[in-house]
Amino acid sequence: MTGPSVSSPETLPTPSGDAAAGIGRRISRWFYGRPGIFLLLLLLPPLLWLGIVYVGSLFALLLNSFFAIDPFTGMVKYELTLATWKQLFTLANFDIIMRTVTMAACVTVGAAIIGFPLAHYMARYAGPRIKGLLYLAVMLPLWSSYLVRLYAWKLILAKEGIISWIAAHTGLSWLLDALLALPVIGGPSLSVSYIGMFLVFLYIWLPFMILPIEAALERVPRTVTDASADLGARPGMTFRKVILPLAFPGVVAGSIFTFSLTLGDYIIPGVVGSSRLFIGQAVYLHQGTAGNLPLAAAFSTVPIVIMAAYLMIAKRLGAFNAL
Amino acid sequence: MREKRIRRVVAATTAFVLAAGPAFAEPLQELGDAEGEVDIVAWPGYIERGESDAAYDWVSAFEKETGCKVNVKTAGTSDEMVALMNEGGFDLVTASGDASLRLIAGGRVQEINTALIPSWDSLDDRLKDAPWHTVEGKHYGVPYQWGPNVLAYNTDVFKDSPPVSWNVVFEEQDLPDGKTNKGRVQAFDGPIYIADAALYLMSTKPELGIKDPYELNEDQYKAALELLREQRKLVNRYWHDAFVQIDDFTNEGVAASSSWPFQVNLLKSENQPIESVIPKEGATGWADTTMMHSEAAHPTCAYKWMEHSIDKKVQGDVAAWFGANPSVPAACEGNELLGDKGCETNGFGKFDEIHFWRTPRAECDSQESCVPYYRWVSDYIAVLGGR
Repeated sequence: MTGPSVSSPETLPTPSGDAAAGIGRRISRWFYGRPGIFLLLLLLPPLLWLGIVYVGSLFALLLNSFFAIDPFTGMVKYELTLATWKQLFTLANFDIIMRTVTMAACVTVGAAIIGFPLAHYMARYAGPRIKGLLYLAVMLPLWSSYLVRLYAWKLILAKEGIISWIAAHTGLSWLLDALLALPVIGGPSLSVSYIGMFLVFLYIWLPFMILPIEAALERVPRTVTDASADLGARPGMTFRKVILPLAFPGVVAGSIFTFSLTLGDYIIPGVVGSSRLFIGQAVYLHQGTAGNLPLAAAFSTVPIVIMAAYLMIAKRLGAFNAL
Repeated sequence: MREKRIRRVVAATTAFVLAAGPAFAEPLQELGDAEGEVDIVAWPGYIERGESDAAYDWVSAFEKETGCKVNVKTAGTSDEMVALMNEGGFDLVTASGDASLRLIAGGRVQEINTALIPSWDSLDDRLKDAPWHTVEGKHYGVPYQWGPNVLAYNTDVFKDSPPVSWNVVFEEQDLPDGKTNKGRVQAFDGPIYIADAALYLMSTKPELGIKDPYELNEDQYKAALELLREQRKLVNRYWHDAFVQIDDFTNEGVAASSSWPFQVNLLKSENQPIESVIPKEGATGWADTTMMHSEAAHPTCAYKWMEHSIDKKVQGDVAAWFGANPSVPAACEGNELLGDKGCETNGFGKFDEIHFWRTPRAECDSQESCVPYYRWVSDYIAVLGGR
């Protein structure tokens, strides 16, 4: 009965429009039956990006470490060899690795010690206004250039810089001198000692520690701490037995940032400190300066291995629950 | 195949290495039309187009005259220059002596035809056939500038008794202001600095028999490293960035350091109490050569730049800007920027006291065998790390 009215030329949709709608519907129907393929199509671009650009370049880097350079001309010889890896395992390079890992560990612990109380205050005690201000204060340094802050610190720490000037005018020079007289970490002035480098690293990476801890602390429900108090725990005990364990994954998450960022940095140790190389500088030197790409590639696997181990431990400690 | 050949001959003789490397094409016989641009790898401050200071511009006029646009890529160390040339894509490089022979042996640069460079005869005779760009009578570049690595010192510390020896940076001692030099001296952070230690040992420990600071046998090399390890205890920071060193002379209380006239001139212009001297042991130095890539894409413009680079006025201007010496003696006179005393100040007359940077190689003339450069690199990194 409806047939004739539908087939009348006035009410018939244009054939092309019908066909287009039909194809679209057919395509979507085809995909509806095959959700896996649809998902694959959606994910293909990011997967290609990750697979080729990211993992691919990493693989190319690793491959390079199995070549070696001709000692005189400095040209890379494309023959597979383990000679470069043999070069990596020398005492001097071991020193570089130990130095970097130790610094990264100290910076991480230092940042956690300073960052935790601040994050705790921000998450649990500060009112909204103060909290906003504190957020701003933590993030503010990130708004200016890394290099500007670094060179500013070089001047602050210099022998004739602000800190020694203050020490001289407050009669505390003896304290500064005693600090600088410490073996290994001391030196002629703060700007050429490990202490100075530690301070700069700590300053530069601190926000990356505070923010994850703060996020983790925010998620500790007030009811849980109230229950702890109801059960007779003093504030100290609640902190130790309830808050700290629940916020610890946040600390670990923050430590991933501070540790890996320190591990890979090559600019700070070049400007502050006493010219003893860090891993990043060694990579830069071998790649950019000496043109020894294979050794640079071998060297850059070191932080990869260290971070892989670190992340595995962090996973055990539940750090990724807090990200 | 080529690699095999190179490897074999590295173990044979130096001359053979150079002959048996990649087959060198005949140098260009005549110039074609200008290609429109030229790509140059250069030391910072070597090629100025008036952007830092309007008076120092030796590029704009060249571009206007020849139609060759000049693209400059600066590099901070010789090793970086070699790496860039190995990558390719450049026509010219201002290579120091510690890079030039490596570039020649690697087949990265080509022989040049001096007949196509009309001003060639105006060059300093001391540089025309210098061994860092001339191999078997073939020229692989045009000398650009040269200068000494001077001993810079703080006049407030040394007062009326300027240092006369490099020992102020190598051996622990009290400086004229009564305080120790420990933590108040600096050294260059490139591996080539090992030659400075060897140069010092040449006169302080003649029994080692060092004839050339770039040709060290195992014993001499060990002694030089030993000296550098002792120096590590005195050095507060090794410098590689000229501007960081300038800052350290200003704020870090550095009393003495090896340095370039470039830093000294800049510090003096800021009225800092800094002077420099070439000590009695002599000094190492650099002599740079404009070399042409073996696969240069713009050969005509490259030749035109090489000719332009030894123009009397250009040479004088570069020397004034960088604190270097021109490779054209005529540039010393009548240059407004350099002044009449400029060449004397920059050490033009001290050519013979300077041991110019060269790449240390296993095959050497003065010994049976020498320690090659790649070991200098890894050992110097170890010295910096205190090992």
